[in-house]
Amino acid sequence: MAELLTAEQIDQFRAHIAHIEHPRELIIDLLRAVQDKHGWVPDEGVELVAGLLGLTPLEVEEIATFYYKIYRRPVGRYPIHICDSICCWSRGGEALAEHLQKSLDIAPGETSADGLFTLLPTCCLGVCGRAPAMMIGRESYGPLNNEDVDRVLAELRQEAQA
Amino acid sequence: MKQTAQLLFKNRRPGETVFLKEYERAGGYLGLKQALREMQPKQICELVKNSGLRGRGGAGFPTGLKWSFFPADKPAPKYLVCNCDEMEPGTYKDGELLQADPHQLVEGMIISAYALQADTGYIFIRYAYREQFANLQRAIAEATEAGYLGKDILGSGFSFELHVHGSAGRYILGEETALLNGLEGVRPNPRSKPPFPAVRGLFGRPTTVNNVETLSNIQHIVTGGAARFRDLALTVDGAGTKLYGLSGHLERTECFELPVGISLREIIDEYGGGVWRGRRFKSCLPGGASTPFLTSADLDVQLDYQTLEAVGSRFGTGGVTVFDDRTCMVAATLNLIRFFARESCGWCTPCRDGLPLVAWLLEKIEHGDGTRDDLQLLKSQYSNISGNSFCALAEGAMGPVDGLLRHFEQELVDHIEKGRCPFS
Ligand SMILES: Cc1cc2nc3c(=O)[nH]c(=O)nc-3n(C[C@H](O)[C@H](O)[C@H](O)COP(=O)(O)O)c2cc1C
Ligand code: SF4
Repeated sequence: MAELLTAEQIDQFRAHIAHIEHPRELIIDLLRAVQDKHGWVPDEGVELVAGLLGLTPLEVEEIATFYYKIYRRPVGRYPIHICDSICCWSRGGEALAEHLQKSLDIAPGETSADGLFTLLPTCCLGVCGRAPAMMIGRESYGPLNNEDVDRVLAELRQEAQA
Repeated sequence: MKQTAQLLFKNRRPGETVFLKEYERAGGYLGLKQALREMQPKQICELVKNSGLRGRGGAGFPTGLKWSFFPADKPAPKYLVCNCDEMEPGTYKDGELLQADPHQLVEGMIISAYALQADTGYIFIRYAYREQFANLQRAIAEATEAGYLGKDILGSGFSFELHVHGSAGRYILGEETALLNGLEGVRPNPRSKPPFPAVRGLFGRPTTVNNVETLSNIQHIVTGGAARFRDLALTVDGAGTKLYGLSGHLERTECFELPVGISLREIIDEYGGGVWRGRRFKSCLPGGASTPFLTSADLDVQLDYQTLEAVGSRFGTGGVTVFDDRTCMVAATLNLIRFFARESCGWCTPCRDGLPLVAWLLEKIEHGDGTRDDLQLLKSQYSNISGNSFCALAEGAMGPVDGLLRHFEQELVDHIEKGRCPFS
């Protein structure tokens, strides 16, 4: 299992926390840092953040579970957020989501057998002018047709092998 | 197609981001210099009031009036918070602005903070705006280096520090009091109002929350004056330009800076390139997912606050989503309601329990299993939820339902009578 945060990151956060009046404001920064490093936020990540901020794990958990882009369960190397909101819906978003499910052979919320992709329906990504769209990790793609999706998936599979 | 004066998109070029050198070359930070050297904070507040600027975050509250509630005499800390949550479907204008020209927001915030005598600023930005987040960080570093941010800005004695906070994906964070909870690191349910943020905001201190586009207009009002700003609009009561993000069934779905008061028809035909695939216009959301649908009878309406209220909708955020004549409005409304139901923060019953019930009813009707009783229940849910929720999320969710019931009731009835969706 990958590290939660590097020793250097922990030192930096500690220094920052000592420096500010309301350390709790860093809770999302910390959770996001753990997720960036580890891929998702396991229980140990919640405990680490709680320890750094002087909070109980429960206090961190009620924040972590509120936000959709904090993953409290394992996700594939490339979490795919497929937009299901109105602008993408109006331009073929549903068909695109179906195509993704077929190509990856998974239902929404699941991870592909090779562990690379998790398919997560999401609300509007803020790229309504480029619908239908998806976001992989934090990279947005759009407008997309089935061939575009296939190409992106192939590229990422290749990247994962390299 | 008349050329519109470009204030906010003046420096925008496809695929590029303008940083300090270019921004200054195009007249950037002249507004800040003018404000700090020639104007008292009160004068700026007065100017903004006279400019007629209204909040661009969706509610349209007059900015000058909001600022007048801010207690100038209270000691620091006092906060200016910029809302770049921008998660309402159909709304992407703030993202476009920050992709093109992040210093505009930074300059607008420094002048606004000076006018309000706020000492600390936060920009709250959604998870998905990764590039915009990086652009802002760079712009803030550049502005600090150049002496526009930090202590004793340009020798004026005024100091202001600015932070960026990256969120982690929930629409309710756009509601200003939920946003403040989010910044504090507590569970981001909305707070009760009163007390309003101006009295007890971030960390219990006086706070003003404004939208990205609202704040980015301030330097243009300072340099160009209130009268010129008002004159930019095509309506008598209106003021300024507006960023309109086009989406849905149009040939061209881009974001444009156009006058407040431009007609829906002109936006669709001239800027959107007309309804796509040669089809006909059926309906649109004029200002984001929470604004009631318009119909072809409304094509000549001018896009402004009062004019859209007069036809039963709202100006909202200026995101125009168009639907062609093959669109099933029951299905469209169902999609919108599912969004709001999923994004409900769960705090109050009308929203947490009411929105899933509305979604279930619409789903039943869309699938051909609906009855007349379901339609009655839909109507009663609409009136039970409207006006009874703790924050404006559920109120906004009722926008499209209101439009559906007023303009497209026959479509609901057709689904029920035929026992299927007439469009599939
Ligand atoms: C559910 C909900 C979501 C909102 N989302 C946003 C948003 O993303 N951006 C925004 O500026 N205002 C949003 N608002 C409005 C804010 O509460 C607030 O009115 C606004 O930020 C004030 O800025 P303005 O006066 O400059 O428009 C939202 C309101 C609600 C109820
Ligand atoms: S209306 Fe109620 S449940 Fe819905 S988001 Fe607002 S506070 Fe939360």
